[in-house]
Amino acid sequence: MEIFLLKNIDNPESHRIQVYQQTGGYEQLKKALSMKPEDIIQEVKNSGLRGRGGAGFPTGMKWDFASRDPKLPKYLVCNADEGEPGTFKDRPILEKNPHLLIEGMVISAYALKAERGYIYLRGEYPHAKVVLEEAIREAYESGFLGQDILGSGFSFDLSVHQGAGAYICGEETALIDSLEGRRGQPRIKPPFPVNVGAWGMPTVVNNVETLSNLPLIIKIGAEEYKKIGNPECPGPKLYCVSGMVERPGVYELPMGTTLKEIIYEHCGGIKGGGQLKAVIPGGISTPVLTPDKIDVQMDFVSLPKVGSMLGSGAVMVFDESVCLVRVCWRAIRFFEHESCGKCTPCREGVGWMRTVLERIESGFGRKGDIELLQDIASNITGKTFCPLGDGAAGVVLNFIRNFPEEFDYHIQNKKCMVEA
Amino acid sequence: MEEIKEILKRYPDRRGALLPTLYIMQREYGWLSQEALQAAADALNLPPATVKGVATFYAMYRHKPMGRHLIQLCTNVACMIMGAERLVDLLKERYGLEPGGTTEDGRFSLVIMECIGACDRAPAMLVDTDFHADLNEQNLFEILEQYK
Repeated sequence: MEIFLLKNIDNPESHRIQVYQQTGGYEQLKKALSMKPEDIIQEVKNSGLRGRGGAGFPTGMKWDFASRDPKLPKYLVCNADEGEPGTFKDRPILEKNPHLLIEGMVISAYALKAERGYIYLRGEYPHAKVVLEEAIREAYESGFLGQDILGSGFSFDLSVHQGAGAYICGEETALIDSLEGRRGQPRIKPPFPVNVGAWGMPTVVNNVETLSNLPLIIKIGAEEYKKIGNPECPGPKLYCVSGMVERPGVYELPMGTTLKEIIYEHCGGIKGGGQLKAVIPGGISTPVLTPDKIDVQMDFVSLPKVGSMLGSGAVMVFDESVCLVRVCWRAIRFFEHESCGKCTPCREGVGWMRTVLERIESGFGRKGDIELLQDIASNITGKTFCPLGDGAAGVVLNFIRNFPEEFDYHIQNKKCMVEA
Repeated sequence: MEEIKEILKRYPDRRGALLPTLYIMQREYGWLSQEALQAAADALNLPPATVKGVATFYAMYRHKPMGRHLIQLCTNVACMIMGAERLVDLLKERYGLEPGGTTEDGRFSLVIMECIGACDRAPAMLVDTDFHADLNEQNLFEILEQYK
């Protein structure tokens, strides 16, 4: 497959507008501006593009909802708050290919008739902020942003809004609150942001990778685009792999590449020839898989069939040297830290799960702790505004379900199976 | 301030500029002291309680004075399995530096981070705004010795 999202990134000047334009950059914007906005939305619908942030919602449908709402102005927000542990897939686009994202955003804004856009960038990426702001300045200078873009009559302003270290702001309604200068706490849905979003106006929030697919869809058209990867949810996909593999990193592959191929071919297998013990396929919130499941295709429709999710495409690989009770404890400590405090089951329950996991991990586990964890988790699931609480509960339930012997060993022997 | 005026142009109301204004005040005052929070409130004509409520929600705003250099070290899962916790111990041994604390000479402060998106090159940290990855027990101190 031809590389598209990560094109040019080996060139140290890849973030400059000249390099981007030399290889065809901003040509798709010119083409898009000659199309009708509603035809672009139809093309995106036909392409089958699904949001790359984690939920996999059909992008064209989201756009359709927003464009049918008569309220003005409309906002386009790029979610560049990739905070899901294990995720670093958007980073190379933000730092090395920023004009691809900007081109994608201008095309999207034109289709949606949005005249104001923001890139909500996580605070942990200070270098990306510098790169993006310079790229935005270059794009204004070249007439790809600002008033009357390329004489089309369409105007679009874009700026970076820097987050300040809150995982929950990756959730789109919390992100909007944070953009408005509030505490980033999720809102109840409906109404959905496509109708009542930023400052009460129709707002489309799309992930970096999603928006970066737009130039490709315009370039080759929906029919050709659908031929890339799994036809049920097509397109190129960024998989970011970390943990115990020989070559961790970000890989652009057709959607639906198998987990086995990613780990053993692209990443060179398990580090030092070790044994695979567990793998998280889509970021820490997605259910952990046992090694017998790795023939699964990594996409939105195949992973649910083996009990997990594609999430952000963040593959975390654990070998026999890793204590999974400790991984589970550390993941829950993360969720406890990031719970925004709005919903009681999440705010209180996640802290209790951390306490119980901590005592198991440190050799003070009690008989009945597994059942206690399962009870707390089931009292969080489905009882919160946003998916953070569900995610935390799911982590605990899935680690226990898939690796009960590790938890039992810890409780019975007051120590870790791995060190033994 | 001219900088805040420019930022205000990006948002339909004054409150939208609050997060960037807090970053500016943090840069100018070193941390978000009562004085810094008041300055943000005055600049945007917002109630001080609103400003403080927002400032205390986010992990990257500082509510006490910081050392000259801020070490933000990730210990989340990918960094943990690659040895980040050992690095936290070493910082304590070498500099007497605890998570959330500052060295006696005011040179370094340490904050434990929740995933800085560098999992393929774990463990990783930010020192001020500089990114450092593939850390180990040796290069951690070689890197930090460059910050005086």
